[in-house]
Amino acid sequence: MFFVSLRLCARPKVYCVIETMPISSTILVESVSIAEILNGVPLGIVLLDRSLCVLRMNRFFEALTGYSEEDALGVPGNFIIRSDLHTRGQPFRQILVSGESLIQEGTILNCHRKKLPILFTISPLHDSEEQIAGLIVVLEDLSSVRHAERNAGGVDCMAKLLGHSPKMQEVFELLPVLARTDASLLITGETGTGKDKIAEVIHKTSKRARQPFIKINCGALPESLLESELFGHVRGAFTGAIMDKPGMFRLAQDGTIFLTEIGDLPLSLQVKLLTVLDDMEFYPVGGCTKVKVNVRVIAATHRSLREQVRDGLFREDLFYRLNVLQIHLPPLREREGDIRLLLDYFFRDFVSQLGSHIKGFSNASLEVLLAYGFSGNVRELSNIVEYAVNICPGEQITPEYLPKYLFAPENHQKSVVPGQPASVSSREERRHQTANKTETHSSENWNETEREMILGAMKKTGGNRTKAAELLGLGRTTLWRKLKAL
Amino acid sequence: MKILITISGDNVAPRFDMVSELLIASYNPKGLTGKPRTILMAGPSPEDLCSLILKEDINIVICGGIEERHYKYLAWKKVEVFDSVIGPFNEVLDLAMKNKLRSGTILLSARNVRDT
Repeated sequence: MFFVSLRLCARPKVYCVIETMPISSTILVESVSIAEILNGVPLGIVLLDRSLCVLRMNRFFEALTGYSEEDALGVPGNFIIRSDLHTRGQPFRQILVSGESLIQEGTILNCHRKKLPILFTISPLHDSEEQIAGLIVVLEDLSSVRHAERNAGGVDCMAKLLGHSPKMQEVFELLPVLARTDASLLITGETGTGKDKIAEVIHKTSKRARQPFIKINCGALPESLLESELFGHVRGAFTGAIMDKPGMFRLAQDGTIFLTEIGDLPLSLQVKLLTVLDDMEFYPVGGCTKVKVNVRVIAATHRSLREQVRDGLFREDLFYRLNVLQIHLPPLREREGDIRLLLDYFFRDFVSQLGSHIKGFSNASLEVLLAYGFSGNVRELSNIVEYAVNICPGEQITPEYLPKYLFAPENHQKSVVPGQPASVSSREERRHQTANKTETHSSENWNETEREMILGAMKKTGGNRTKAAELLGLGRTTLWRKLKAL
Repeated sequence: MKILITISGDNVAPRFDMVSELLIASYNPKGLTGKPRTILMAGPSPEDLCSLILKEDINIVICGGIEERHYKYLAWKKVEVFDSVIGPFNEVLDLAMKNKLRSGTILLSARNVRDT
């Protein structure tokens, strides 16, 4: 166990408190493990030694950066924190030399490929001989502050959830109710409908908002790894487990854990998850001590869990345990009028991000987009707009700058779905059928003409292929190939 | 095959968007085909870097942290990206040529060395 002499931490204040404390309190403070102290603070904290390598970190720091203490131990801090402070000199080294604290805003780029706005507070740590022994770096996530600032014009924090359709209005009405409770929640909906976004909004508007929000994709990891990822492991639990690992449930302590693609969770882990949901405690892999957690569970899937239960792929008891609260996100094709709204939103967003001068979509492009089925829902729509904004060199996005697959007939056949205005669907179908017919006719005509020309040339030259090829303006091998195909 | 590594000193740079020094190496199954060259960019710009990667026909990019949008863009352009790599770039290049490098690799030699 790593113990701290609090003299080493924050020099003037804590030092004085200890000096004036009764003996019993001093013993209590000095016997508290540093991990407990660090984990009690709802800010990311990392301790660096004199060579600026990672000594310790708390679980908020792990959640912010995506690195576990086990991975980061001994690695130079700037490779783990990945801040932009180092572009403005070498602040860590300067603080080691000057001994003066630094408070500065900047960003970090974490392992989940997300850039987060951060307020850095970097202070020196002193040893018992008053020499600088290392640094303490405190990271305060400013995402919510920035978000609030962006929405200062009277728009609330759910501004990124867009939709005027009645089905989305129902979802919006339900969100505050879902955020008020700690009950398990199941979010269903097709891929790209915004399940992750909804889970994040529910977390951010709940009383757990200042605590971690940990997302796990149950379908992304093999069974053996997933158990260790979710519930952690103890040292020696399996080959390669050289240190204890807390697991995502413990990292999400007091916050929310979001289990996406829950339908892909292996049956063996479903039992363990059920136990956690029931008792809020579990054994880490290879561990013999129960760990108690206080975590809200939000699960999401694009599969029908009822069908999976019927097929024996998902435990019925777990389904009912997760399905305490349920919210279904409608696919884009069922959200009347939202396609245009989202097109405009993403268009403005990408244009401002890229500093582009494109003014909008042409009517022909809009016709194609509004008729398309968007089987990938909002994600697909966003990708299409991003593609068009990136590719288009002019001022208006015309159909030639839309992804080619939008014009493939099979995509349009897929797009004819219930709920889509019949006139648009049938018009599109007719357009493509006509195009296909014309294409087939012209290709048949050309084949026939070519056949007649080749036969004519062969007759004229008395069957001499070299002369026939010359007459037709073809190479000899090309003529041979075409004759073979006749 | 062509590899591009974002570098800072002797190590893989911590951030793709803050990098201004690059190493480009070409190799075949027998080893390096020529001396790796380093490029200094005018200033850090992830967009310029993405353009350079495409212009140079790079097959593999090795970097530290990278934003999702740049990662997806490169993946869309069929460039393989190994991100969150920590360690000296020469060892990282060696691992990549042996097809042993993965995203998130932290080399042992990166631990307990002095900060760059």
